[in-house]
Amino acid sequence: MYLYDDIDQRLIDERVAQFRDQTRRYLAGQLTDDEFRPLRLQNGLYIQRHAPMLRVAIPYGLLSSAQLRKLAHIARVYDRGYAHFTTRQDIQFNWPQLERVPDILAELATVQMHAIQTSGNCVRNITTDQFAGVAPDEVVDPRPLAEILRQWSSFHPEFAYLPRKFKIAVNGSLNDRAVIRVHDIGLGFYRDAKGEIALQVWVGGGLGRTPMIGTLIREHLEWRHMLTYCEAILRVYNRYGRRDNAFKARIKILVKALGAEEFARQVEEEWSHLKDGPHTITEEEFQRVSGFFQRTNYATLDDYCPEFEQQLQTNRAFARWVERCVHPHKVPGYRAVTLSLKPTGVAPGDATADQMDSIAFLADRYSFGELRVSHEQNLILADVRVSDLYALWEQAKRIGVATPNIGLLTDIICCPGGDFCSLANAKSIPIARAIQEKFDDLDYLYDIGDLDLNISGCMNSCGHHHVAHIGVLGVDKDGAEWYQITLGGSQGNDAAIGTVIGPAFAAEEVPGVVQKLIETYVAERLEGERFIDTVRRVGIAPFKANVYAKEAAHA
Amino acid sequence: MRNLIRNHAVVADDWTFVPLPPPAEETIRKQAGKVVIFKLTGEPAATPEQIQATEIPSGKVIIPLSVWLARKEELAARVAASEIGVWLETHELVEDLVGSLPDINALPVIAIHFPRFADGRGFSIATLLRTRFGYRNEIRAVGDVLRDQLFYMKRCGFDAFAIREDRSAEEALASLRDFSEPYQGAVDNPLPVWRRYTRYCQHPFAERKYQPVHEDEVD
Repeated sequence: MYLYDDIDQRLIDERVAQFRDQTRRYLAGQLTDDEFRPLRLQNGLYIQRHAPMLRVAIPYGLLSSAQLRKLAHIARVYDRGYAHFTTRQDIQFNWPQLERVPDILAELATVQMHAIQTSGNCVRNITTDQFAGVAPDEVVDPRPLAEILRQWSSFHPEFAYLPRKFKIAVNGSLNDRAVIRVHDIGLGFYRDAKGEIALQVWVGGGLGRTPMIGTLIREHLEWRHMLTYCEAILRVYNRYGRRDNAFKARIKILVKALGAEEFARQVEEEWSHLKDGPHTITEEEFQRVSGFFQRTNYATLDDYCPEFEQQLQTNRAFARWVERCVHPHKVPGYRAVTLSLKPTGVAPGDATADQMDSIAFLADRYSFGELRVSHEQNLILADVRVSDLYALWEQAKRIGVATPNIGLLTDIICCPGGDFCSLANAKSIPIARAIQEKFDDLDYLYDIGDLDLNISGCMNSCGHHHVAHIGVLGVDKDGAEWYQITLGGSQGNDAAIGTVIGPAFAAEEVPGVVQKLIETYVAERLEGERFIDTVRRVGIAPFKANVYAKEAAHA
Repeated sequence: MRNLIRNHAVVADDWTFVPLPPPAEETIRKQAGKVVIFKLTGEPAATPEQIQATEIPSGKVIIPLSVWLARKEELAARVAASEIGVWLETHELVEDLVGSLPDINALPVIAIHFPRFADGRGFSIATLLRTRFGYRNEIRAVGDVLRDQLFYMKRCGFDAFAIREDRSAEEALASLRDFSEPYQGAVDNPLPVWRRYTRYCQHPFAERKYQPVHEDEVD
C-alpha cells in the first residue's frame, strides 16, 4: 500500500496543528458555530444527535493492520469501544468529545491516517473496488491512479467550497464493484486498442433525493490526462453549480439542467486550456505510485490444495462460508476473504475494538498485514492462501466475523439512521435487525440466493437503497417513521435506480413486506434465476399485487 | 481601520470600495418573477436604476462590475489615471469583465466579493484571472473573508485580503502559512509536488522480503 514520505507526513501534521488551533478558537468563542461548521466538516467532524461524530478516511478502502490497531485504540480510549465502517469505505466514531478530536487526529497522523475532506462540500474520499489488485477480472489496478487523485484533491485550494459534496469512484475491473455510475465522477479504467490505460468518464450520477445514473461524457481519455480532466469538470461545476438550494446543488442537477451534451462541451472547452499542463501525470510519477501497490512477495503455490478440498467435503458449515465469503484471486493458491460485519443483532458495519484488534492479527497472520473495507461495509483479507482458509475460518468464527451471508439478503447495507444521525427521518438499524431476525434460517437464505437489501434512514441515501434489489427508505410522515420500499435497483455494470412499489409502511410491517416480496420471487422465478433477474423479467406488478393484496381485502 | 492584508502585511487601504445602492423595493416587487434576470445559479442582477444611482467618488475607487460595464465610457480618463478598480460578485462572469477593456491590466485592482465564506466560486474566478487572462495586478478578497480561507485564497492568486471588520487582520496573517508544501499545483506554484521534488517509492513489499526472519540472523 502507499506509504507516506516526509512530504505527505508534514501535510497531515500541519493539518492537525491547523485544526487544533481552529478548535481552540471555537471553544474560546472566536469562531461562531456557523464559521466553525465548514472547518470541522472538512475534518470529518459532525455534531450529531448524541455527540459529535468523527469520520476518518480510509483511502480507497485500503488499511494496514497497524492502522486498524490504531482505530481500535481510538475506539477504546476516545469512544465507547466500537466504530462503524461506512458505505464510502470510511470509518466513523460516534461518541468522541469535541475537545479531544485534535488529539485523535494527532494519533491518526502517527499511522498515516486522517479525516481530511471526509465531509463538507469538497472532494471526498476516493472509493474503489474492494478486490482491487487481486480480482481475476481486473484489467487495470485502480489504486495507483486513486492515490494520485487523492493527493491532487487533498487541500485543493480551488475546490474546497464547492456547491455541494463531491464523490469520485474508480474501477478497473470488467465488473464494476465500485458503483461508479452513481458518483459525481465515476472513472472506469480499461486498456484501449493500443494497450494503453484509458478512462471512461461518467459524470452526474448520485443517490440522495434525486437519484440518477451518471452520463458517459467521455469514452476515451488517456490516463495521463486524468487530473486535468477532473479539474475541468470541477471548475465548470464550481462556477455554475447551483448554490441557492442545497437539494439542487449536486453536479447531477447541473448536468441535467444544461443537458449532458452541453455540459460535456463546457468541460471539453475548459479542458482545452488545461490539457498537457503541469498536472499531466508523468510516466515517472505513475510508476512511482504504482510501485507501492505491486505485491512481489506472493509464494509460488499450486491452486489445488487437497486438504482444503477435503475440508470442503466434510464440513458443510465451512463449505457454506467458502461459497459466500471466499472470492477468486488472480494468483494461484490465493483467495480473497470477506469478513462479514453483518451478523444478526449488530448494527451493519459495526466492529468492536476487540474485533478490530483480532482482525488486525488475522491480517498479519494470513494476509500480508493488509485489509480492505468494502462499500457493503464488510472487511476483506485480500491475500489468503487456500491452505489457510480453514484455520482463518475457525478464528474468524470465534470473533463473530464469519457469518456466511455475503451477498445474501441479510448482508444489509445500512446507514446509522435515526439512532445516531441528526439528518435521519427514521431509524434504520432496528429495521435491519428485524429483517435479519425474520430471515435467520440459513437454508432459506441460501435458497433465496443473491439479493441486495439496503436501508437508508433518510433521503440522503447513505444506505444506497436506490441501487438495492430491495430498498428501504425511512420517511417522515406527520412526525411518525414510515418506510418506503423500492424494487429493482442494482449496482454494477447494469446499475439501475429502484422503483417505489407504493405507499409506505410502518416499521413493524417492513419484515413482513420483505417476506411477501421474497414469496413472490420464489413463486415467479425460473430455474436458477436470481431475484433481480426475476424482477426485471416480470416487472414489479406481481410483487406489488402480493404486498398490497391483504390491505385491499381489508378495505 | 487597518484590516487589509496585502503581500503578507497589514497595510492601510488606499482604495474606496463602492457598493451598489440597495434596490428600490417597489421595483423589485413589480419585477418579481418576471423581469429579474436569474442566472443558472439564481442570483438577481443589478437593475439599471441601481447602476445609475451608484455614486462614484473621486480618488481611487473599486466599483461594481455592473456599473463598470454600463458606465465605462465616462470613466475612461480615470482608468488611464489608474484610479478605477472593479469588483465582482461570485455569480458574475469574469469573462464579462475581461472582455470589457482591451487590457485587463489597465485595472490596478480587481476585488471579488464573498457573500458567504463558504461560497467557493471566487477561488475559480481568481484562478482564471491569473492563469487564463494574464491579470498581474492586485486581486482582493472582500466580504465574508476570514482567516481560515486565506491559505487557499493565496494559492488561487489573491494577494490582498480585506479581513471582515470584526476580526483581527494581524492574527489572520498566521494562516497564510498553514501548509508548507501542498500536493497540487495552483496559481502560486503551478507545479504539483511530484514536479517540484524527486519522490521515491519506498517499496513496502520488496523491503519486507529481505528482512531477516529471526533476530539471531543479524550479526
